[in-house]
Amino acid sequence: MTDPAFALVERAHSIVDDRKLSTVAHWKDNHLGGLAIGHMPIYVPRPLIEAIGCLPVALFGGGDAIDIIRGDSYFQSYICHIPRSTVELALSGDFDALDGVLFPSICDVIRNLGGMWRMLFPKAYTAYVDLPQNFDRDIGGKFYVLEMRRIARELQERGAQPLDPDALRECIALENERRAVIAELDALRRAEPWRVKASEAYLIVRAGGAMETKSHTLLLREFITAVQQRTVRPIDNVRVVLVGSFCEQPPFALIRALEKSGCDIVDDDFQLGMRMIDGPIEIAEGEDPLDALARAYLDKGQETASRYIGDLIKGASLVRRVKECNADGVIFAAASFCDPALLDQPMIEAALTKASVPHTSFKFAENLGQFSVIREQAGAFSDAVKLWGAAS
Amino acid sequence: MRCVLGIDLGSTTTKAVMIDESGRMLGKGITNSRSNYEVACAVARIEAHTAARFDMLERALSYDPSAKAWLVPLREAFRFELFLDDLVDLRATIATNLEGSPYADNKALARAVTSVLDSVQENAADLFVAGAPRRSDFFRDIAGALFVAEAESLARVGVVPFESLVGLYDRAILEVETRLRPRDTKSLLLRAVARSVKMPELDGTSAQQHQRMVQMLEHAVCEATKEQILEIAVVGTGYGRQTLPFPKEAVRSEILCHGRGAHRVFPGTRTVLDIGGQDTKAIQVDDHGVVTSFQMNDRCAAGCGRYLGYIADELGLGLHELGPLALSAKKAIKVNSTCTVFAGAELRERLSLGQRREDILAGLHRAIILRAMSLLARSGGVKTEFTFTGGVCNNAMATKVLRELVDENYGTDIQLNIHPDSIYMGALGAGLFALDALAGDIPPLPAFVRDTRMEAT
Amino acid sequence: MSEQVDSHDQKDKSQQTQKRMIGEHFDKLARAKEDGKKVVYTFVPGNVTELLGALDLLPVLPEINALQSGMRKRSAGYIAEAEKAGHSEDVCTYVKCDVGMQKSGNIGPTGTKLPDPDLLLLSYTGCFTFMKWFEILKQEYNCPVVMLHVPYQTEGNITPEMRDYVTSQLERNVIPALEKVAGKKLDRDALAHRMQLSAKAEEDLVAVWESAKHRPSPIDGYFGGVYYVGPIFSSFRGSEDAVTYYRELREEVEQRVREGRGPMTPDGEQKQEKYRLVVEGPPNWTSFHDFWRMFSKEGATVVSSTYTRVGGLYDTGFRHDYRRPIDSLADYCLGCYTNLGLPTRLDLLERYIKDYQADGFLVNSVKSCNSFSVGQLLMLRKLEERTGVPGGFIESDLVDPRYFGKANIENRIQSFLQVLEARRGKGPGDPLPKRSEGKRALTLIDDQKAGGLP
Repeated sequence: MTDPAFALVERAHSIVDDRKLSTVAHWKDNHLGGLAIGHMPIYVPRPLIEAIGCLPVALFGGGDAIDIIRGDSYFQSYICHIPRSTVELALSGDFDALDGVLFPSICDVIRNLGGMWRMLFPKAYTAYVDLPQNFDRDIGGKFYVLEMRRIARELQERGAQPLDPDALRECIALENERRAVIAELDALRRAEPWRVKASEAYLIVRAGGAMETKSHTLLLREFITAVQQRTVRPIDNVRVVLVGSFCEQPPFALIRALEKSGCDIVDDDFQLGMRMIDGPIEIAEGEDPLDALARAYLDKGQETASRYIGDLIKGASLVRRVKECNADGVIFAAASFCDPALLDQPMIEAALTKASVPHTSFKFAENLGQFSVIREQAGAFSDAVKLWGAAS
Repeated sequence: MRCVLGIDLGSTTTKAVMIDESGRMLGKGITNSRSNYEVACAVARIEAHTAARFDMLERALSYDPSAKAWLVPLREAFRFELFLDDLVDLRATIATNLEGSPYADNKALARAVTSVLDSVQENAADLFVAGAPRRSDFFRDIAGALFVAEAESLARVGVVPFESLVGLYDRAILEVETRLRPRDTKSLLLRAVARSVKMPELDGTSAQQHQRMVQMLEHAVCEATKEQILEIAVVGTGYGRQTLPFPKEAVRSEILCHGRGAHRVFPGTRTVLDIGGQDTKAIQVDDHGVVTSFQMNDRCAAGCGRYLGYIADELGLGLHELGPLALSAKKAIKVNSTCTVFAGAELRERLSLGQRREDILAGLHRAIILRAMSLLARSGGVKTEFTFTGGVCNNAMATKVLRELVDENYGTDIQLNIHPDSIYMGALGAGLFALDALAGDIPPLPAFVRDTRMEAT
Repeated sequence: MSEQVDSHDQKDKSQQTQKRMIGEHFDKLARAKEDGKKVVYTFVPGNVTELLGALDLLPVLPEINALQSGMRKRSAGYIAEAEKAGHSEDVCTYVKCDVGMQKSGNIGPTGTKLPDPDLLLLSYTGCFTFMKWFEILKQEYNCPVVMLHVPYQTEGNITPEMRDYVTSQLERNVIPALEKVAGKKLDRDALAHRMQLSAKAEEDLVAVWESAKHRPSPIDGYFGGVYYVGPIFSSFRGSEDAVTYYRELREEVEQRVREGRGPMTPDGEQKQEKYRLVVEGPPNWTSFHDFWRMFSKEGATVVSSTYTRVGGLYDTGFRHDYRRPIDSLADYCLGCYTNLGLPTRLDLLERYIKDYQADGFLVNSVKSCNSFSVGQLLMLRKLEERTGVPGGFIESDLVDPRYFGKANIENRIQSFLQVLEARRGKGPGDPLPKRSEGKRALTLIDDQKAGGLP
């Protein structure tokens, strides 16, 4: 029997592989005057962008498919890979459909990449999104609201619609809806990992990075419906949580390699931006929706390496997640030279060790071509976890 | 004759170029770099002198059009005479070392070494004929290959262990090649004349003709070695310039020298790419050949000649065989890492996956050139005319991929120059700096030039 | 930054003063616990030393400890220690050096144990890694942390929103946290007084920096410069000591100008000014003197550098202002060099190259510091385009000796200087005419400009 989800996964895969952003160009054809605004990974307030009539487009580097020449010429060997491919794609004209790019405050590399963008593409709209590291509503919240207003204002000067609270309310509602469907998909992955592979979920979620929220929600729903029609048999794999504060994405083949090595990835932070807000964005009675968007980030933003931990304990939320999804262990995969993720790693490992959660780690680059070592390592880890589980 | 000398001490080879006062290139010489840099420079210098003498010899014979044909065997004979002199030294060194060793009384070993060396001498003769397949002109390479082959066959019949024989060679060759012996070019040439007339290429000519030719050649040798070559200024460059055996004032950066040398040979050059053993350099020059900017690879040797060396070792191939093999590839497998440290492991893994050797090699070449392209972009891109130099430019696959990528990235109207003598660009540039010095402050001569009279004449 | 060059002229009063100041500070730290003094760890960029001083709190600067460990050849061991504890080879070596030092007993540069922090004051200014650094230290020391998030100056200007964000944090988070540790209220008059002292020292420091516009420059604005900025970047801004130090230093430098003397180097006075350079990026500390010699022995003087602006950019007019102390603290933090967007950094470098009449500029790209390094290759190209002055590029690291390839770096520096030499008098890239060496002109460059260059 043909897989009922096959066509959907293929569609998502083609969107993910669409480096030239043809779906974005298509959207612009159908939305005359609409701006397409790229953004670097992890988190930007997408409902805000959509509310002013723009299409937010998540940019995740070039993967393993492109030759890097000009990109490498700007970056020393000790810099991670995503800025190289991002510059390469832009200089090759692959981002021509974009009217601007947002650079959220992920790390110094992405921050400075924003500065380079100003120099390389002086005509494009370029903005640094300084996400607050102070989580007090009256301080960090106030600053963040002003940041968002600034971006909306600047985009309006370039042809976006003025920020209308009602439009923002509607976009927040759409975002909440998507968020709920993603949660549903996540729950399904945890309950029946043999029904939905992590690699499939990855494609379906990531495809939304270049889509309007409502279309993405539709895709997610169709996918969930389709996989529920699959006839499957439970497989007894090791359940792992895969974390890496992912900005640079691992090559797709790497995710597949981990699955093949006997690991069910029951939770991950590949596309953390899509799940950044823990639960719905709630707008209080009479509240400015922009305040609500800021408040959701302050109060319900998930832990990741680029967000200040405050008074919390590093790794505690991960240990909680491991318990919640009944995982057997954690695989920590950081992009090579990723300062935030790698500086977090010892703290997270310490927390996992303290909580007796087995864990292993490796580094990758988006253009990694060889997975045999990682596959072996993951295989050994899953064997060890099984033995460990049997012994305890 | 007054002239200047430029010397480029590289990580694998040392090159010298001799230029006369009018800027004409008189001769160029090359030798393998060795632990004693001073000897390496001195040998390269002597080789340049020899080349200059051959050049003069050619001119001395220019009145007779048939004489040109005689020069080919003469050159081979000359190299063979040099080889034999080196072999005498090697023989003596081995004997001395053996005497002082715990095996002094091991008669079997002594006999075996003598027999190996005799065979080396005998077999070498076949290598010094025109068109003979000689991988290298360096004594170390020729003698080493012959010695090892002979030692292997002796060891196979159980006379003495292979390791003992090769151990003797390894120790002695280090001494021999770091010992500088003066070269009497004239008498060597005369010996070569005597030998060359016996060479098989000359069979079929009558005894009378031989006699006449010998006289003519001997006369030409005397003519060509009459005038003394006097080096007025020497400039050195090369890898690890801190340790170069030159006075500080006589040292120029290899960046400047490569840029200037390439520009001299191809005056339209505005961009130079040099891929050597240890590093890759992208250089931009102005219309006078003066460097305007440059970029070098970072501290790791990824993407340099050395990387290809590792790959060749890993595959058990000669360096020169990589390019042709890669050219036979049906497709280039995508290789993203040019890390020298992981080269071997990655290669083995790909082979074990059943990927074809030539396809992997094609991918590796492409990866190396991609890195070079980044360095070029970093230095300011490729402008109108572009010259590729360094050891790797002799690799046909490397140049093919470079051409393709330059076309792709900078358009098809870029002139790409590759010169058969591109390995001498650095030494040529250094020589041009030495020529400049004649007009101003002449730097002190390096000790190995100052203290040695080149020729007994 | 606070260690003296041994061969510096020991008669220089300012050096004696600096030595005394540092000695006294570390003595105070060593006695802190018995004296009942509270200790605050914080960073150089965006430090609010006047606040700490006004509350009688003692600052410890882990960056300075790390660079000192580098200079004292301890960093390799400390880094190994941190890597053994699971830190990646890829990440910032200042952090690993500090973690390793802490794990090895936290012995400071003067050989005595540093007191544990009573508070970590996380001034997140211009460097993302600062945040990670103190998250790590928080776990090690289990002490309170207060965050001061300084927004990034993308556009090269401070908006009211940014200033308000920083002052709100200062008033509502930082000052209360400091008061709590200090056990007393902040005396605003004492703070204002300290700000006045800061401004005085800053005035003199700028005069010292700008002395390099003379020919020959009396100072090296990079290798020498890191000693000069030591006190104002670390624990002494806003103190009477700092005022004294910078007054003395300025007098000495002005004296050198009058005498037409060049800068001091590890090997005595530099006799020749063959090349005037502007340098972008931090120095390497593990081979600091070797690195310096690669320039000084070739007659290359660094007339201005951006690294000496990481702890405050005073030569664009900013001064601490006692009339608006909190606002000016915010402006200080916002204005530190690495908190500036790349286009602004580019403008500043261009200004330095022109104002200091540099023959060339050099980027020392350090592996540890993405904040500095990412974009430097583009800046290099843009600067060449804008100024016509040749740029050079070298790579090293702050305190990891594995990334200081001496032969490679020396090769590049010499090549670069030879390119400058070869380009003299050629094309638009030549800012300087040929000149006879050794002639000690006492004219200011600006005067020369006015009179027209020969």
